Amino acid sequence: MALLEVDNLQVQFASEDGIVRAVDGVSYSVERGRTLGIVGESGSGKSVSSLTVMGLTRSPRTRISGSVRFDGRDLLTASDDDLRAIRGDDIAMIFQDPLSSLHPFYKVGDQIAEGVRAHRDSSKAQAWDRAVEMLDLVGIPEARKRASSYPHEFSGGMRQRAMIAMALVNDPKLLIADEPTTALDVTVQAQILELIQRLRNEFDAAVMIITHDLGVVAQMADEIAVMYAGRIVEQAPTIELFAAPEHPYTWGLLRSIPTLGPARDDRLVPIAGRPPSLIQLPGGCSFHPRCPFVREAHKHTVPMLQPVEAGSAHRVACLLDHATRRRLWSRLEAGKLPGEAREEVLPADNGQTRHAEAGA
Amino acid sequence: MIQYIVRRTLWMIALLFLVSAITFGIFYALPSADPAGLRAGRSPNPELVEQIRHQLGLDRPLYAQYFDYMKNLVTEGDFGYSYQNNISVRTQIFQRLPATISLAIGAAILWLTIGITVGIISAVRPHTLVDRVAMGAALVAISAPVYWLALVALYLFADDIGRFPLFPGAGSYVPFSEDPSKWFTSLIMPWCVLAAAFAAFYARLLRSTMIDTMHEDYIRTARAKGLGERRVILRHGLRSAITPIVTAAGLDIGILLGGAILTETVFNIPGVGRLAYDSIINSDLPMIQGTVLLGAFFIVTANLVVDVAYAFVDPRVRY
Repeated sequence: MALLEVDNLQVQFASEDGIVRAVDGVSYSVERGRTLGIVGESGSGKSVSSLTVMGLTRSPRTRISGSVRFDGRDLLTASDDDLRAIRGDDIAMIFQDPLSSLHPFYKVGDQIAEGVRAHRDSSKAQAWDRAVEMLDLVGIPEARKRASSYPHEFSGGMRQRAMIAMALVNDPKLLIADEPTTALDVTVQAQILELIQRLRNEFDAAVMIITHDLGVVAQMADEIAVMYAGRIVEQAPTIELFAAPEHPYTWGLLRSIPTLGPARDDRLVPIAGRPPSLIQLPGGCSFHPRCPFVREAHKHTVPMLQPVEAGSAHRVACLLDHATRRRLWSRLEAGKLPGEAREEVLPADNGQTRHAEAGA
Repeated sequence: MIQYIVRRTLWMIALLFLVSAITFGIFYALPSADPAGLRAGRSPNPELVEQIRHQLGLDRPLYAQYFDYMKNLVTEGDFGYSYQNNISVRTQIFQRLPATISLAIGAAILWLTIGITVGIISAVRPHTLVDRVAMGAALVAISAPVYWLALVALYLFADDIGRFPLFPGAGSYVPFSEDPSKWFTSLIMPWCVLAAAFAAFYARLLRSTMIDTMHEDYIRTARAKGLGERRVILRHGLRSAITPIVTAAGLDIGILLGGAILTETVFNIPGVGRLAYDSIINSDLPMIQGTVLLGAFFIVTANLVVDVAYAFVDPRVRY
């Protein structure tokens, strides 16, 4: 059984303009020693789903349904006190901006020691020593001295290391990293990711890394879930996702990454349009307004997340059939524009295509 | 830091010089009663007034008067003598100061306690009944003029004239050294009245600051660490939100130490504020100068203390 099992999680916020369906039926699982990457744009619901796992979205205006099982326990029905005991102990989280995520008025060592004393019966001195030990473990030089520094006296990379130290201080079973490197320089990014990887192996922890950066998950994740408008649209082991992606959104993400390889005048192919409002989701497939391969039926039918082939670990929520998707991707991969690929693979005649889909 | 304090202190001295010059100028520029005439009593004859004028040195040129005043002040700490009763200004001020300090500090403790408590409660339960009632009451307390509040308090609770005699009435102040318990009870109503508007203001200020603070990322981190909610609110939220309160409190106390004129008048407390008011009515220039300089000194010192305190509250601030 996986360490964390999320099943059909739905999170809705009541707002002045309507109900925001931030997470709209999401299921995934993470096992010890493995890393799950969750990829998506801002507003895709990726952060909200992990905050909900920690119980940090509970409020009178929030409606949460589905199930979240951690180590066999249902976290959604757990009491506030139970959740508080788990947070910072069994499940830990690190956030995007370490400067604003650390309290500016307290020393770094004190903030880490506070996490220790919240969950363990330690004296101040013992907690302080543990804090120093963790700072050393994450690679901060002169840890004992630096523990008495304030967050604004650290560099960005060191601050993030300190946050990681703070998260790992109680040997958590699950580490959730929400955009851990977005606020950092590229060179520092690599160091931080490597650190997380190393600590995951040392502690045999499960890691959930949430990011919009495909490069990050390519390096870190064993399995990737692509989220769009509150739902998972594609989920696959990393290698397979990059080798044979099957969702038009994923294609769009991959094609819009600038690479060092091709000629300089090779154009980036962005995904047209903007993410939809989570209050008024489009009917049918939520990606259809932006999809270059949309068919009439896609505007009315909601695609379910299904394996691409029988027994495959690769799942996708798309109404196009498997063969069509393979053909489209092979053309996109070869450098064709979406319009061109559509011309070649999908005939202009709608009727014929619908027959083909029904038969497939 | 020491350099900073020294620099600020030098500025303070320069500022006090400027204040005294301006006060001097204002006194002679604006119409006021002739101090000699006031001193001379009822229907004086002109020679007597002239004689008094000469005695007080008022017939000398302005710059000479000012120069002599500053010379005495700087070399001997001599603030001059009151035109009214010839008693040394310094003596009178120091005599009256304890009453003002008692009033100001007592009120400050009261308003900070109430204001901070109410502010936290309102911030943690925004838009609930408790919050709306508290902020509504605060609005009333801020809007009510302090002298009106004082008179209402006396009317209701003074033990000599009040409807429900509870507390000593106006004029019952005695120094602490004379009778501590009487001193305390006579100050209860003045403290409450003076603290009311401030408590309300501070409650509203802390409420809005805390609501902003509780949305900060480090609060989310504190909760993610599994800390209890009380700890998150007080040690993480309040700790950050308290800084504007510290600044405001320092400045308000500084101003009050120069004399809470309205409260002192209604309750007949012999403080510096009342002294300042009387000296203006009596065109008593040395006394006016004395009280104004005292007030300026307290305000400037309070500013300095607050700025230095800021460095202790917020480690990002360095001088």
